Amino acid sequence: MSVFTITDKAFDVKDFNLWYGDHHALKNINFPIRKKEVTAIIGPSGCGKSTFIKTLNLMINSIPGVKMSGEINYNGQNILNEKLDLVDLRKNVGMVFQKGNPFPQSIFDNIAYGPRIHGKKRKRDLEEIVIKSLMDVALWDEVKDRLNAPALGLSGGQQQRLCIARALATKPNVLLMDEPTSALDPISTLKIEEMILELKEKYTIVIVTHNMQQAARVSDKTAFFLMGELIELDETSKIFSQPSDERTEGYITGRFG
Amino acid sequence: MEKVVPAKDRLLKSKKSWMDGEVRGRILVFLSAIIMIAATISITIFIGQKGLQAFINNGVSLIEFLTSKIWDPTNQKNPVYGALPFIFGSFAVTFLAALVAAPLGIGAAIFMTEIAPSWGRKVLQPVIELLVGIPSVVYGFIGLTVLVPFIRDHVGGLGFSLLSGMIVLSVMILPTITTIATDAMATIPKALREGSYALGATRWQTIRKVLIPAAMPSLLTAIVLGMARAFGEALAVQMVIGNVSKFPHSILDASGTLTTIITLNMGNTTFGSVDNNVLWSMGLILLVISFVFILIIRYLSARRKI
Repeated sequence: MSVFTITDKAFDVKDFNLWYGDHHALKNINFPIRKKEVTAIIGPSGCGKSTFIKTLNLMINSIPGVKMSGEINYNGQNILNEKLDLVDLRKNVGMVFQKGNPFPQSIFDNIAYGPRIHGKKRKRDLEEIVIKSLMDVALWDEVKDRLNAPALGLSGGQQQRLCIARALATKPNVLLMDEPTSALDPISTLKIEEMILELKEKYTIVIVTHNMQQAARVSDKTAFFLMGELIELDETSKIFSQPSDERTEGYITGRFG
Repeated sequence: MEKVVPAKDRLLKSKKSWMDGEVRGRILVFLSAIIMIAATISITIFIGQKGLQAFINNGVSLIEFLTSKIWDPTNQKNPVYGALPFIFGSFAVTFLAALVAAPLGIGAAIFMTEIAPSWGRKVLQPVIELLVGIPSVVYGFIGLTVLVPFIRDHVGGLGFSLLSGMIVLSVMILPTITTIATDAMATIPKALREGSYALGATRWQTIRKVLIPAAMPSLLTAIVLGMARAFGEALAVQMVIGNVSKFPHSILDASGTLTTIITLNMGNTTFGSVDNNVLWSMGLILLVISFVFILIIRYLSARRKI
C-alpha cells in the first residue's frame, strides 16, 4: 500500500485490532489521516467501516464486549490509553450520525448544548457560536427568524445540517461523519456535500459512505475496507481510476458489494 | 367520479364475512366498548345525583361545604357540614406523598435505564412488582404497627398524623411512578444519548440536560398518575392518619381525608339522611378531582416530545 508521507497527521492508527466478543471486526489496521483533508471510507456492509469511524472518538466504548489492541494516535497521544480524557477527545473530534438526531429542544439550545456543557455560559458568547455554526452549515438564512422554535420541526435535511452545526459548535478539529446523507433526498445530500467541501478548509473530515459517487465527489483520500481489513488507502483520484488492488477495482466497478 | 366505499365496509359486505365471524367479532368488541362506556356514565350520573342531594334536598350550603373548617354533623341544633379539613387533608397527603415518591421513583427509573440497565432492572423490577402486589390493608397495618409508634416516640405528636399518611402513601405510589418513569426513559431513542455523548457530555450531563427534559411530559404523567392513586387510597391512610375532623396545623397533627371519612362514616349513617348524603357529596368531589387528574394527564401526553 502506498502511504503518503505526512508529518501533519490528525490521526495515526497503527496495528489496530478490534473484536466484538469473538468476532474479529477490524484486522491490523494502519491508517494515517491527514489534517484538513476529506478522507472517505467505502466498503460493503459489515466491512467494519462504521466500527472504524466510531473508534476514532471512542463511541465504540459504549458497546459491551468490545476489545481493542494497537494504537490510535490523536495529536501524538494514544486515545486507547485510559488516562486520556474522553470528554476532551470528543470535544475535539465531533461526530455526525446516519440520521439527524437533534435533541427535542429549540434550535438555539441544540447548538448551544456543546459549548454549555464545556463551560460556556455567557449569552453573548453562545449567540456568537450559534450564529457562526449555523452559517458554517448554510442553515442560518433558513432558521434565523426562529431560533427558539423546536428543532424537531425542521425537515430531515435541515435536521442533519443542524446536527453538523451542533458538532461544529464545540470547535472541534476533526469531524467524523457516519453515512451522513444515507437518509436524505438528493437535494439535501448535495447541500451537505457542498458544505463538506467548504468545511475542509478548517476541519479534518472523515466520512463513511455507501455512495461511491459521493466519495469521489467530496474526498481527497479514499480508503477501501473489506471484511475488517483496510485493503487500500490512496488519493481518491487514483482509487477510482487505477486502484492497486483488484478487490478495490471489483468493488468500485460494482462486481460485488 | 365513483364514490369510494371504505375497505372495512366492503369487507363486512363480503359473502365470506359471516363464515369468518367478521360480524360476530365486530359485535363482540362493540359490546365490550359499550358496556364500559355505559358503566362509566352511569356511575358518574349516580354519584352526581347522590352527591348533589345534600345541597338540593337537605339545604346544606355548597359554599359552607367547600369552605367551612368545621365538621359537626352530630350537633342536634345546628349541624355544620364543612368538608374543607378533609379536602385539605386529601390534597396535603397526596402532594406530600408525591414530593417523596417522585424523586425516588424517577431516580430509580434513571438508575434502571441509564446507570445499570443490566442488573439494575433485574433487581429493581421484581422489588417494584412486589410493592404493587402488597394489599393496601397490609401497608396500613405495617404503618399502624411500626410507623405510628416510631413517629410518636422519635418525632413527636400522637403518631397518627399527616406525616404517617404521607410515608405510607409514598411507598404505595412509588411503583406507579417508577414503572411509568422507567418506560418513559426507556423509550427515549438511543440516538439522543449518542448525540450527547459524541459532543463530550458526561453521563450525568446527558441525563440531566437531554434525557430528563426529553422525557419530562411522560415523567409528569407518572407523577400525576401516582397522585391520582394517592388521592383515591382510603384504607391504608385511614389506619395511620388519625381521622379527626379538625383542620391540621402541622405535619404531625392527626387529620382526615375525603376517602377516610367516607369509609369511616358510611356504615354509621342511614341511607337517604343528610349525614349520608354529605358523604356522597365528598364522593362527588373525589370524582371531579379524578377527572381533573385525567385532564392533566391528557394535556401532558399531548405535549410529549418524542
